[in-house]
Amino acid sequence: MQLKRVVVTGIGALTPLGNNLQEYWNGLVNGVSGADFITLFDASKFKTRFACELKNFDPTAFLDKKEARKLDRFSQIAIVAADQAIEDSQIKNSPSFNPDRVGVVFASGIGGLITFQEEVKAFAGGDGTPRFNPFFIPKMILDIASGHISMRHTLRGPNFAVVSACASSTNAIMEAFNLIRIGKADAIVTGGSESVISEAGVGGFNAMKAMSERNDDPKTASRPYDKDRDGFVMGEAAGALILEEYEHAIARGAKIYCEIAGTGATADAYHITAPHPDGLGAKNVMLSALDDAGMQASEIDYVNTHGTSTPLGDIAEVKAITEVFGEHAYKLNISSTKSMTGHCLGAAGVIEAIACIMSVVNDEIPPTINHFTDDPELDNNLNFTFNKSQKRTVNAALSNTFGFGGHNACVIVKKYKG
Amino acid sequence: MSDIATRVKKIIVDKLGVEEAEVTNEASFTNDLGADSLDTVELIMEFEKEFNISIPDEQAETITTVGQAVSYLEEHAK
Repeated sequence: MQLKRVVVTGIGALTPLGNNLQEYWNGLVNGVSGADFITLFDASKFKTRFACELKNFDPTAFLDKKEARKLDRFSQIAIVAADQAIEDSQIKNSPSFNPDRVGVVFASGIGGLITFQEEVKAFAGGDGTPRFNPFFIPKMILDIASGHISMRHTLRGPNFAVVSACASSTNAIMEAFNLIRIGKADAIVTGGSESVISEAGVGGFNAMKAMSERNDDPKTASRPYDKDRDGFVMGEAAGALILEEYEHAIARGAKIYCEIAGTGATADAYHITAPHPDGLGAKNVMLSALDDAGMQASEIDYVNTHGTSTPLGDIAEVKAITEVFGEHAYKLNISSTKSMTGHCLGAAGVIEAIACIMSVVNDEIPPTINHFTDDPELDNNLNFTFNKSQKRTVNAALSNTFGFGGHNACVIVKKYKG
Repeated sequence: MSDIATRVKKIIVDKLGVEEAEVTNEASFTNDLGADSLDTVELIMEFEKEFNISIPDEQAETITTVGQAVSYLEEHAK
């Protein structure tokens, strides 16, 4: 069977750097930090009191009040990002639009944690009589964002959610890509969202000692590849892509951002949270994606790393990059945009795929900000694109994401050439 | 309008996102005010909370209009 080509024809983004694609990209190339003190709850007793929150997001600007009340924040932002991407693609305005052939594959790492927390807190504060809200379960479940997007836009093609912790939305892109490749859909709204900046979310990750505690300087706390990095900074975001079968996109004269070249997924099979010390799963997933794309490592110009700013994770991934790319590793641009967005967990994959897409479109590499001191445990001859964006021709870019549980996922995008 | 009726209507306006003028005694939650089955369950729970009573399921099923809710609560509210 001849696999079909898949292109990106629409993008939506709600990120700590801005509430649409252009604001997000401007923030990235200008090296803006999205971190600040937490406003979503009282974090005064928490070890970490800052995060990368969305700025000025008002759900009622997009959804009516009654509708918004029945949605967890992770679904609210998923819907808004999907609306943006669908509008951007103009796919619904095309005579060739067939709602039975357009699906939604949307991810989240955790789902409606805030809803879960509030409902259980109310129950625990009562006398044991169950008074759960009837919307508790449909607000909380992780697949509901995917369901809501389909209902809002009447999209009746394949519809499900994908979960692999912080790799979730890369896995979603992979599933969407493959469904279109084998002819199961003309287009799929894919991506992911995450919003768990709450007592349970921050307290839970704090207990694992996974997060930065640099409360005296939140904006420089996310510092991947810096010697003094002390953990990740939590972010919240939603990103959406319209993946479309190439011929379908061409026939309706769609704007094409880039082509999806290939994807890969592997497991470390090693530890629940620690990466394999040799970056084995990370190495295999990049090789798998290159193989899927039918590309040589030397054809990649930019690697957007998982690079969460944790002491162990950054080292293992860089080791994997030098093994996969060999001498070419020194010609690549490498950057971790988490230095600006924080770690948006289940939404990290898609917003970083968007960073790659925009780097291919604009021939510019967003930086790894907050670099102060080289880490002697890293090969500092590599180009980590420290502190300032760099212009270069970007024919192809690769994005890595890794999730607790040892999941690794990778997507490669390349310049669209008819 | 009784104090109970005012409180009932306020809950309905808030939970169903409807205009106050629509909330007449005859209005049916599902047919006139756009409630689905989950909205109806939520309304009953809100009435229970507001008036600090417990409405048995078989009674709850008979409350389908604004007027029915008001008279049930006028009779049973403590």
